[in-house]
Amino acid sequence: MIAMLRELKERLAAGASAEEMVSSLFDKIKRSDLNAYTILSEDLALEEAREFDLAPCSGLLAGIPIAIKSSISTRGIETNCSSRILSGYIPPYDAHVIERLKEEGAIIIGKTNMDEFAMGTSTETSFFGPTRNPWKTDRVPGGSSGGSAAAVAAGEAPCALGSDTGGSIRCPASFCGIVGLKPTYGLVSRYGLVSYANSLEQIGPLALNVEDAAMVLDVIAGRDLRDSTSLNSEGGYMAGLEGGVDGLVCGVPKEYFGDGVDPEVETLVWDAISKLEELGASWKEVSLPHTKYALAAYYIIAMSEASSNLARFDGLRYGLRLGADQDWHTTFSEIRAAGLGPEVKRRILLGTYALSAGYYGRYYLKALKVRTLIKEDFERALSAGGADVLVTPTMPFPAFKIGERIEDPLSLYMADVFTVPINLAGVPAISLSCGFARGLPVGLQIIGRHFDEKLVLRTAKAYEDATPYHETVPKEVV
Amino acid sequence: MAEKDVIIGLEVHVQLNKLNSKLFCGCSTKYHDAPPNTHTCPVCLGLPGTLPVLNRRAVEYAIRVALALHCDIQGETLFYRKNYYYPDLPKAFQITQYDFPVGLGGKILIKGEDGEEKTIRITRVHMEEDPGRLVHAGTIDRAKYSMVDYNRCGMSLLEVVTEPDLRSPKEARSFLDKLRNILEYLDVFDGDLEGAMRIDSNISLVGGERAEVKNISSHKGVEKALAYEITRQRSARRRGVAQVQETRHYDELRGITVSIRTKEEAHDYRYFPEPDLVPMRIADWVPKVEAELPELPDAKRERFVADYAIADDHAKSLTSEIRVANFYEDVAKRATPRLAAVWIADVLKGELNYRDVTIDRFRVDDMVEILDMIEKGTITEKGAVEVIRTILDHLGDPSEVDPAGVVEAKGLARAEDDAVKEAVRAAVKECSQAVADYRAGNEKAINFIVGMVMKKTRGRADPGEANRLVKEELDRTGST
Repeated sequence: MIAMLRELKERLAAGASAEEMVSSLFDKIKRSDLNAYTILSEDLALEEAREFDLAPCSGLLAGIPIAIKSSISTRGIETNCSSRILSGYIPPYDAHVIERLKEEGAIIIGKTNMDEFAMGTSTETSFFGPTRNPWKTDRVPGGSSGGSAAAVAAGEAPCALGSDTGGSIRCPASFCGIVGLKPTYGLVSRYGLVSYANSLEQIGPLALNVEDAAMVLDVIAGRDLRDSTSLNSEGGYMAGLEGGVDGLVCGVPKEYFGDGVDPEVETLVWDAISKLEELGASWKEVSLPHTKYALAAYYIIAMSEASSNLARFDGLRYGLRLGADQDWHTTFSEIRAAGLGPEVKRRILLGTYALSAGYYGRYYLKALKVRTLIKEDFERALSAGGADVLVTPTMPFPAFKIGERIEDPLSLYMADVFTVPINLAGVPAISLSCGFARGLPVGLQIIGRHFDEKLVLRTAKAYEDATPYHETVPKEVV
Repeated sequence: MAEKDVIIGLEVHVQLNKLNSKLFCGCSTKYHDAPPNTHTCPVCLGLPGTLPVLNRRAVEYAIRVALALHCDIQGETLFYRKNYYYPDLPKAFQITQYDFPVGLGGKILIKGEDGEEKTIRITRVHMEEDPGRLVHAGTIDRAKYSMVDYNRCGMSLLEVVTEPDLRSPKEARSFLDKLRNILEYLDVFDGDLEGAMRIDSNISLVGGERAEVKNISSHKGVEKALAYEITRQRSARRRGVAQVQETRHYDELRGITVSIRTKEEAHDYRYFPEPDLVPMRIADWVPKVEAELPELPDAKRERFVADYAIADDHAKSLTSEIRVANFYEDVAKRATPRLAAVWIADVLKGELNYRDVTIDRFRVDDMVEILDMIEKGTITEKGAVEVIRTILDHLGDPSEVDPAGVVEAKGLARAEDDAVKEAVRAAVKECSQAVADYRAGNEKAINFIVGMVMKKTRGRADPGEANRLVKEELDRTGST
C-alpha cells in the first residue's frame, strides 16, 4: 500500500479507482491503533473520490488523498487543535493551503492528532491521547505534528500537512523516518493556521520522499493577500530536484554535535556527510555562536505570542460550553480551566508573565534581540564564500518512550535544541532519514538560505537517491 | 467660567466611518441600520487562524488627520496588541498602536474662555480597531444577560490625545466642536452616525490626582460630566477627602459619574508588536496625502474674509461647518457675497438651529433667488425671513415649494410704488387729526399715518419707504 505520489498518480491515470484507494485507506486507519487521526472525513472524501472517478480532474494532486494537521482550518471539518476547548468547532472557511490543495484536486481524508495547540515535542499533550510511533508503538512519534508523521510513515496517508513552530514538522519526520520540510518564513500563507506563535511558524509537507514533499510545496507555496507576512514563490520545486550536489559546500555547525547528542545519531549524521562528499560535495566546519541562547529566546517568544493568541478561546462564540452560563468572568474562567491542558496552561502563564509590565524588557525584548543575533549567525554561515547549506542532526536522539519525559517539561524543551534556531532565523530546513539507531529512524537536517528551498530539496534528493533509508518501512505496516 | 485650578485632557476616539471597509477585513462599514451581526466575517470575528490585513486607505486617512492637526508624521509606524478579556473583543486583544503611532505633537486652535484664541496641544494620533457593542437586556447593573453585536467590530478608529491644556468644560466642548469640524472638512468622518465619536476625559484639580471619565458619546455629555466632576472633586477636597487616581463612568440619565476602578485595579495590557502585520514606512506616503489635503477651517475663514470682503465674525460662523461653508460659496458665486454672508450666517443658520436641522434641508437655488428678490426690492426683509421659514417648515416634498411660489401664495411681494403712493394719498386724506397734529409740531403723529399706509397695503409696503412718501405727501399738501 505504501507508495509515493508519482506512483499513485500513475495508477489513477491508468484507471485505478480513487474511491477504492480512499476506502482502503479508511479501512486501514480504522484497524490501526496508532491514534494518528482525531477526525475522519470519510463521507466527504469518498464522495470526492467518486466524483473523481466519474470525471477525473487535472490538478497536480488530482485524486490524491492527504491528511491535515488539526491546527489547519478546513471548512465543514472539525478543527480542534487536539484541544478540548475547540472540540466541536467547525470552521466556516478554508485555510489558504486547503484552498490550494482543493484547487489541485487533492482529497482531504481527515485531521491528524497533535500536541494540544502544537505545544509539545511528542504528541502526548493531545486531549485525545498520544499517537504511537509506527516503528515501535511504545515510542512517541515526535511532535507536534506527530499524527501527520505517523500516518504517512504507516501508510495511513500518502502525504500530509503539518505546521512547524520550533521543529513540529521536522521532529516527527525524524522520529518516524520520513521527509518533513519547514519552508522559509513567509513562503506559505498562514491564513487558516490556528496561531501558536505567529512570528515563527510555517505550514509544510510531510511525505515519504523528497519528490513528494516538493510536489506538495509546489501546490501550497506563494503569496496570499490574506497573510501580510507571505511572499511570492518562484515555484518549480519539483522541477528543480535533479542536478546533484557536485561542488556544493556543506557547513557543519560545531555547536550541533558533541554533548547531549546520542553517539549513534552523531555517527549516522557524519556518515551522511561522508555520503554527500562521495557525491561531490565538500564540507567545512562553521560556527553558530549564539545557539546556546536559542532555546531560551524561542520559548519566551513562543509563549508570549501564545498567551495572546490563545486568549480568544472563551467558549462564547464556538468550542467548549459547560452547563448553565454564569457571569462573564466566571463562565470564561471555568471554560478555560476545563478546556485547556496543563502544558498549554503552563505556556500561557509563562508567556503572560514574560509580557507583563516590568518584565517585557527583561524577557520579550531581550529574546527579540537574541533572535536577531541568531538570524545573523545563519546569514554569516550561509553567506557567499561560506556554506551553501548546513547539515546537522534534526533531533539529538531517536524517539523516546511514551511517558518517559512528559513529567519533565524542561527535558522535553531541550529536545528542540537543533530545530528552534531555524525558526528563529526564518530559514528553510528539511529532515529526512539517514539510518537507524537501535531500530529507530534518525533524521538528517539540511538547512538553507532564506527562500532557497530549491537547493535544500536538491541536496536532500541527491542524498536520498544514494541511500536506501526512505524505502525502509515499519514492519508492522508493510 | 475659567477656573485656574482645573486641568483637563481628552482622549477622543474617532470612527473613520467614511471608509468603505473595516480596518483589517473587507466587511462593509455601512452597518448602522443593519440587523446585529450581519456585517462580520471570519477575520473581524477573530475566528481561529484568521489574520488581519491592513486597509491602506485607513492609513491614508489617519495621516490626513494627523497632518491637519499639525502632527509630525512618523517615518515608520507599527501596530501592537493590547491584551484584555471582554466579550465585545473576540480576539481578546485589540490591535492598536503604542510606540510609533502615525502622528506625534500637533495642535488645535480654539476660542478660549477669555475669548482669545488658544492653542491646545495634541500629544498623539494613533490608529486602532473598534470592538463590538454590548447590548444589555435592561440597564447595565440590572440586566439578566447581555448580547453582543459584532457589526462595529473592526471599524477603523483614530485616537486623538490632547495634552492637559483645557481649563474648563466649555473649553473641552469647544475643542470637540473644532475637532469634529476639522474631521468633517477632511471628509473622513460623519459625526451624525451613532458612535462616531467617543470621548475619555481626564480631569483633576491642581495638586490632586486625576479621574478618567470614560466613554461619553456626545460633546454636551462631556461638558456636563466635567462640570459634575469639578463640583464633586471640589467638595471632596473641602471635606478633606483626597482624590485618588481612578476610572469613572458617566451616567447620562442621572447626570453623575461613578467610580468603576482605582489605579490598584488597573489593567496590565501586555502590549507587544502585532506579529501578523509588518511595519510600514509611511514617510513616503506623506507627499501624496498632503497633496490631497483639503482647505481647513482656519484657512477657509481667512480666504472668505479676503475673497468676499465679509466680516471676520461672519466668516467664522460660515466656516464652522463644512456643509455651511460649501453652501455659502455656492451662493456667493451667484449673488452679492456680503449680502449672502449676512443672510446665511445671521438668518438661515439661526432658523436651522431653531429647527435642529442641517443646511442640506435648504437649496442653494432658493437662497440665490431670495437674495435676488431682496436686492431688487421685490420683497421686504421681513418678507424674506417669512419665505425662509415657510420653506423650512414645509414637511412634504421639497420640490413643492420655492421662493417665488411662497411670495405669490402668501402675498409677500412688495407693493408696487403706485399702489403705495395711492395708499399714502388716501391715508393723508383720511387721517386729518394726525395730519393736524404733525403740522402742529408732533412728529410722532406721522407713525399713525404710516400705520394706515401699511394697513392699506396689507403690509407689502416697506415701512421706511412709506415713512418717506408720507413726509413727501405732507410737505406737498402743506405747501399748497
